[in-house]
Amino acid sequence: MNAVLLYTILTLCVLGVLAAVILYFVAQKFRVEEDPRIDEVEKMLPGANCGGCGFAGCRAMADALVKNDDISSLSCPVGGNSTMKAVATYLGKAAAEKEPQTATVRCGGTCDKRPRTNEYNGAKSCAVAASLYVGETGCAFGCLGFGDCEVACAFDAIHVDPATGLPAVDPDKCTACGACVKACPKNIIELRKKWPKDRAVYVGCVSKDKGAVVMKACKAGCIGCGKCEKVCQFGAITVENNLAYIDPQKCKLCRKCVNECPTGAIKLVNMEPLPKEPKAPAAPAAPAADTAAKTDAKPKPAAKKATPTKKTATE
Amino acid sequence: MKTFPIGGVHPSENKLSCAKPIEVLPLPEVVNIPLAQHIGAPAVAKVAKGDKVVTGQLIAEAGSFMSANIHSPISGTVKSVDLVANGQGLRQPMITIERDGDEWAEGIDRTPTLVKECTLSAQDIIAKIKDAGIVGMGGATFPTHVKLSVPPGKKAEVLIINGVECEPYLTSDHRTMLERGEELVVGVTILMKALGVEKAVIGIENNKPDAIEHLKKLVAEYKGIKVQPLMVKYPQGGEKQLIAAVTGRQVPPPPALPIDVGAVVCNASTTVAVYEAVQKNKPLIERVVTVTGKGMKEPKNLLTRMGTPISTLLEAAGGLPEDAGKVINGGPMMGRAMCNLDSPVTKGCSGITVMSGRDAARRTATQCIKCAKCVSACPMGLEPYYLSKMTQKKGLEEVEAQMVTSCIECGSCQATCPAYLPLLDWIRLGKQTVMGIIRARAAAATPAPQK
Amino acid sequence: MKNLIIAPSPHVQTDRSTASIMRDVVIALLPALVVSTVVFGANVIFVTAVSILACVAFEYLIQRFIVRGPQTVGNWSAVVTGMLLAFNLPATIPWWIIVIGAFVAIGIAKMSFGGLGKNPFNPALVGRVFLLIAYPVQMASFPEVEGLDALSGATPLAAVKYGASVNIVGVQDLMLGNMPGSLGEVASLALLIGFVYLLWRKVITWHIPVTILVTMAAFAAIVGWANGAQGDLLWQLPLFHVLAGGALLGSIFMATDYSTSPMTIKGGIIFAVGIGVITMCIRLWGSYPEGMSFAILIMNSVVPLLNKYIKPKRFGVK
Repeated sequence: MNAVLLYTILTLCVLGVLAAVILYFVAQKFRVEEDPRIDEVEKMLPGANCGGCGFAGCRAMADALVKNDDISSLSCPVGGNSTMKAVATYLGKAAAEKEPQTATVRCGGTCDKRPRTNEYNGAKSCAVAASLYVGETGCAFGCLGFGDCEVACAFDAIHVDPATGLPAVDPDKCTACGACVKACPKNIIELRKKWPKDRAVYVGCVSKDKGAVVMKACKAGCIGCGKCEKVCQFGAITVENNLAYIDPQKCKLCRKCVNECPTGAIKLVNMEPLPKEPKAPAAPAAPAADTAAKTDAKPKPAAKKATPTKKTATE
Repeated sequence: MKTFPIGGVHPSENKLSCAKPIEVLPLPEVVNIPLAQHIGAPAVAKVAKGDKVVTGQLIAEAGSFMSANIHSPISGTVKSVDLVANGQGLRQPMITIERDGDEWAEGIDRTPTLVKECTLSAQDIIAKIKDAGIVGMGGATFPTHVKLSVPPGKKAEVLIINGVECEPYLTSDHRTMLERGEELVVGVTILMKALGVEKAVIGIENNKPDAIEHLKKLVAEYKGIKVQPLMVKYPQGGEKQLIAAVTGRQVPPPPALPIDVGAVVCNASTTVAVYEAVQKNKPLIERVVTVTGKGMKEPKNLLTRMGTPISTLLEAAGGLPEDAGKVINGGPMMGRAMCNLDSPVTKGCSGITVMSGRDAARRTATQCIKCAKCVSACPMGLEPYYLSKMTQKKGLEEVEAQMVTSCIECGSCQATCPAYLPLLDWIRLGKQTVMGIIRARAAAATPAPQK
Repeated sequence: MKNLIIAPSPHVQTDRSTASIMRDVVIALLPALVVSTVVFGANVIFVTAVSILACVAFEYLIQRFIVRGPQTVGNWSAVVTGMLLAFNLPATIPWWIIVIGAFVAIGIAKMSFGGLGKNPFNPALVGRVFLLIAYPVQMASFPEVEGLDALSGATPLAAVKYGASVNIVGVQDLMLGNMPGSLGEVASLALLIGFVYLLWRKVITWHIPVTILVTMAAFAAIVGWANGAQGDLLWQLPLFHVLAGGALLGSIFMATDYSTSPMTIKGGIIFAVGIGVITMCIRLWGSYPEGMSFAILIMNSVVPLLNKYIKPKRFGVK
């Protein structure tokens, strides 16, 4: 019995040592020389492997960060400036500061604004539907609502709202990685500058159809009338191919265009609209006060035009 | 009995209109003529708003070699050249013409006399076919003159006339073969001359015994033309399947073409159009369209001018039934569902199938049970379940490696799936994406010679 | 008018559904159930009923409270699993063992992998093998059958294993199920009727069952011949191995299970040859008298590999 025990233990020990030796030589033979800093940089990155930086994952990004001398063109949308700064400091390189962005769904064709003209019955995918036909409504440019963006999002930040039929972005979760932008076959989603308190003014329509065609399909579409272009003091709005576009870099959130838009295609988020006529705040007291306060607040960013980005960043 | 070697399914045939003689639909008041009715570059409009046109006049010219001419199907005034919604609701450039009388262009022989003799050379025949704007009328709309222009180094050995019509419901080719058999056979001799081949085979499925018998009688007096009855199996009308069924040769995967195995396939209706173009100078301005469906009062085969609104055809066949759920441009296997019934009949529109009630909506998809029915149904020997899953998982390299580009989109896999999975929806998306990647790769590989 | 429906082609769907296929399998199993009831008595109905009920209940509960997806009980696959599990048990088995087997089959072998179509191993067989190892005594005590005193409660395979001649049971008894054994495995003729039905309904193809049986027969004959068998024994040996034990039940109903068999015919044939060889190895040289269930489970584990490397014949590729 003892002999059996002994032999068993001995055999196992010898096997173990043998395996360890083999492993050691294999590890020597197949060792990959790698800059240890890549590991360190990878640890600093968020580890979401979303691909928003343009690389296959955080490891590939770390590799590029270590190997490239100039990393100003690289940026991690998820970690943002703080991560990039930390990485740059660690590597002794200079990172470019990038302003925060958020995904914006440029379609306002909710279920009530844009009636359905047919019923889609195929695979639940915007890409499949888009390659087949116009979509469930008469608008060939608008959101199809089958949620390819939702599937693409690694951060649970975009969801199709069943009430409106349109995707809604959660600005707190959105990292502006751009996965939804790539997933959308209609190119509706755009990464736009992220204002404080998630305020936003944008054209919620991407239809290049003529006004009459747009109006037939959707009550909230841009008809390319150009009123907003005229009213904008900052030259932020351009109308091209029957479609207005607000340049997020030039827009100061003055909101004049919002009141001018006849179809309500220009969307206003987390802000009160300007009173229609400056003199007549005929609405009930509370909202009136509110709007008044906002109107007061409004000229501020406009006045501090010289350094608007920084101001908003500190606000 | 001959048939193709791999896969295939047997959907219910439902050839409701096979005994209905071709009727001539009255001339439409307004037509919309899309500039892109064929594979390849869209045609370029030759008319402008306000122009007067006559029937058979050239109104849009081929945009490149891989394109086709378009002729006015009626006489009247051009109302506009603008974007108009097609059957899928997508706005495409179309020429809208309002009818005014029935005036024809000069030189078109409209008498019914059969002209057998053709003394033209091969080049002249192909030129005439090109002028007439003839494209494959079975649905693929591949320009016929391109098909007939055999590239240098390749040699056509056999001409195959596609009289299979394997799509359920559709009967336009069947009726054409029965009622215009004489012209069809002359068309075959013309095509043989154009290709310089000695042998032609007319492939017809066994469910059309009358057409087989009729054509067998007619070809008896011609040398080199044979009628080949085929076993009923979908998708026998697919070009590659038909070649395999008739000759036993398999066309290699893309980018190989039928000519690589020495075969040229031409649809039966197209062959009649070739006859009319070469012998009668008549461009492709009308075609036979089957209007059918279980709910339709009178399923019919209608000789229709191009550009006629689909709704007019539906009216002629007794109107859209109450419970109509789906209107398909083409047959139920490969046709495209339409959301705009004012869209026009085009060169590739062989039928309008109306599906009603329960048949129209897809049943709810459940989990894949790995029954492998899609694998055994695939006529190209692919693995639909896997391609579909990999496309959804964005494994496009694997999708390409598993030969998604061979997919002919026949729908056999999806039609046979007991879990009702949208297999082809995904595979088609995967195929399109992979084709895009291949094109981009090819473009990247050859940058210099372009400039 | 209602809005038109739009979907990509094709616009036709088969009349078959997962449920109708599974129902066909149940129908194909019924003749064997009837024969079994005649041979072993009413207990057979009890065992089958308990097994089916337990399987359906476990599937329902797991789908309802753990998976929380759409209910899948309606696809009849749990009924098939329940029936097959019962067919693999002796008629005298206590009810609580059946319930444990059903739990292992549905809960562990099927639902934990994501349900029907995702399970790598045949659920009923996992249940059976679990019981075979956990309750060897109960799983191996079969009711005696009249007129076959020579066997005294052992299955023909067990008897042969311990030295009896393969002539111990006549072909007629083998065909009609007049011998001790698991519920469903004894009635060879009834199982063959089920096979024909499945072929007619196009639920399965002939490739896997026939290949398994041919492999087993060939293997038995060759080994017998090498061991000096002569004369009648050369056809009796293969026939016995094909008809005795779970060969027919396993090859027709278990090895052809959709999700645990290869997707291509070529792969299916490799899979079937493997099952045949492993079964015969266990029967002839292993410690168990019967090896069908182990063989199928072992080959189940090869299926993903076969699916990866054995591709169908592509059109136009030499």
